[in-house]
Amino acid sequence: MDSNNVGAQPTVMKESKNKIKVDFERTPLKERLKAKFINTYFIKNVVFKLFRVIFLLGIAYVILYPFITKIAGSFMSREDFVDVTVMLIPKNFTLDTYKAVWTDLGYLEAFKNTLLLSLACAVLQTFACCLIAYGLAKYKFKGNKILFLLVVLTMIIPHRTLEFSLEMAFKNFDILGIISFLSGGVISGLNVFGSGEIAATHSINLLGTVWPMIILSVTGLAFKNGLYIFMLRQFFRGIPDSLEESAYIDGSGDFRTFLQIIIPMSVPMMITVFLFSFCWQWTDLFYTNLFFDPAYYKNPEEEINFLSKLYTGVSAGRIEALDYEYEGRALYEQATRNTCFLMAIAPLVVLYVFLQRYLVEGIERSGLTAE
Amino acid sequence: MTGEIEIKQKAPKKRKIASLDKRKARVGWLFVLPFIIGLVCIYLPIIKDSLWYTFNHIGTEIIEQDGERYSQMTVEFVGLSNYQQALFGGDYKDFVPTLLTGIGNLIFEIPAILLFSLFMAVLLNQKMVGRAAFRAIFFLPVIVATGLMVATDNMESVGEIGSINDGSGGEAAEAQGGMVSTMDLQSLFGSMKVGQGLVKYVVDIINRIYSIVNRSGVQMLIFLSGLQSISPAIYEACKIDGASGWETFWKITFPMISPMILVNAVYTVIDAFTTESNTVMNYINSVGNEDVAGAMSWIYFLIVMLIIGAVAGIMSMFVFYQRKD
Repeated sequence: MDSNNVGAQPTVMKESKNKIKVDFERTPLKERLKAKFINTYFIKNVVFKLFRVIFLLGIAYVILYPFITKIAGSFMSREDFVDVTVMLIPKNFTLDTYKAVWTDLGYLEAFKNTLLLSLACAVLQTFACCLIAYGLAKYKFKGNKILFLLVVLTMIIPHRTLEFSLEMAFKNFDILGIISFLSGGVISGLNVFGSGEIAATHSINLLGTVWPMIILSVTGLAFKNGLYIFMLRQFFRGIPDSLEESAYIDGSGDFRTFLQIIIPMSVPMMITVFLFSFCWQWTDLFYTNLFFDPAYYKNPEEEINFLSKLYTGVSAGRIEALDYEYEGRALYEQATRNTCFLMAIAPLVVLYVFLQRYLVEGIERSGLTAE
Repeated sequence: MTGEIEIKQKAPKKRKIASLDKRKARVGWLFVLPFIIGLVCIYLPIIKDSLWYTFNHIGTEIIEQDGERYSQMTVEFVGLSNYQQALFGGDYKDFVPTLLTGIGNLIFEIPAILLFSLFMAVLLNQKMVGRAAFRAIFFLPVIVATGLMVATDNMESVGEIGSINDGSGGEAAEAQGGMVSTMDLQSLFGSMKVGQGLVKYVVDIINRIYSIVNRSGVQMLIFLSGLQSISPAIYEACKIDGASGWETFWKITFPMISPMILVNAVYTVIDAFTTESNTVMNYINSVGNEDVAGAMSWIYFLIVMLIIGAVAGIMSMFVFYQRKD
């Protein structure tokens, strides 16, 4: 075959002014396919790819399985929970649990509260962390390194260890004694009980309001802000100094350079941080339980409900459908709780579908390296 | 106006040159000002209080003054007795065992999470069909923080629905037979003549796969960004020199990614604190006595700090830093 091929002249099949179609004597198709597909390299490759896809599908199944069962359970009616033949696909399709969560637990109001709080916190955290990270990354001043270590420290000390003192700090909120000084320096007794028995304190009780969250966000102390500052600092360090220097030469000040040059550059990274802070605030339980405990409100109407706390209403007997006793009640209650979970995270999933591209992109561009 | 000009002229020239650095430093302080304010006014006092409370007994007393009754918190210094109670007190005899198993779990999970997330990051970094979809699914746990899911399930863990996701680890899964039968794996590994310890480790990992997958999202992202920052030219050079994929991984990818492994190890330990499924924290929260609970959480924190220090110390010996010119 080969020897034939070498000497063979291409036969001209068709010739026009600027096109020519020639036909070589080619190796038969069968031989070519054999050479292409039956060799160790190709087979290894196929086996590897097959394993990879199966493995990834398996892990994806592990991740999605709880969601699938929860979604399936949320559409089941009462009869399905006592029916042993029902596994995943409900026999009597119903939207009762959704309706119950929507009306009995006040979904819309909780959604509104959660959206407002998460949005405010996420915007403030993103901006505050940008400022702090930029200062740490681009300015050399005494104590820069110590300050960065302190940022890492705020990330390391878990807020659950500080739970009691956090509560106390915001119950008797006072900046270094300035407020009590202004109000006359009366010795302030520390209140332990709810606001029902207020002592003559001259500090402000911020529990039950959004202020603790806002204050923590603005100062870059909220949940996992150390991580954001770390990420943003790494990113800002990757921006060449010459960019800012040229801006300074053109007469732009430090803050103007930051706002007009650095911020527009770092939008993908900021979206990543925004996404993190928004979503983690949205599903947060620790802070919402700590700062918005029902015990802080005199009348239940004032209570601020959040999506992440919806499920507590299920066992509190606020769902009418749960009132009547039957065999599968426990299962039904669990399914209702799962429905709460699904409805709480549904807006996040929608957001994630649109923004997940930026999540990976922002992280990839960050040039995150540990130094 | 004229006065201003005069002042400018009066200023000595020498100071002006030196002040550029100073001015920059001042602006730098301005940028980090929010954090400093928060640190000084809120964070440090909180830490100080939190530590101080552990050396005190906190009680309440009702005071009557001007015909009004109100409660006041009393703080009474008791020294180390809270710590003594936490460690040796008969009422809290479960604490030390819980602490030990919790720390054991943590040490067990660090390598598992690191290996898994590195492996997944390498896979997700390759070009393939449906990569975007896989990435979207794998990073879903990062966004939909599963703490909420665990919380909704833990309320009263009843029913089979969603019972797979016990975040706390293998106990419940094992009780129900788990996802993989230990026997099957043991027979598989038994013929391979590997130690019992390794078999148990693998079985444990597989039974906790849900918890591990869910908790390695951020680590995966960090590894992925690390992988992206390795120059493709290095891989190209390796390929030309005839290195196999296996060799490339151990000689190029692994050393280049090693700083990320350190970061992720530390992050994993920190993250373990905040998960809702942390058994030690849950035990501490269930302790009624606030004083002792505070002491316990500080003991736990200090031990974990020691672990972080040890992990960081050991790993930093093997970390390879690419020299930048």
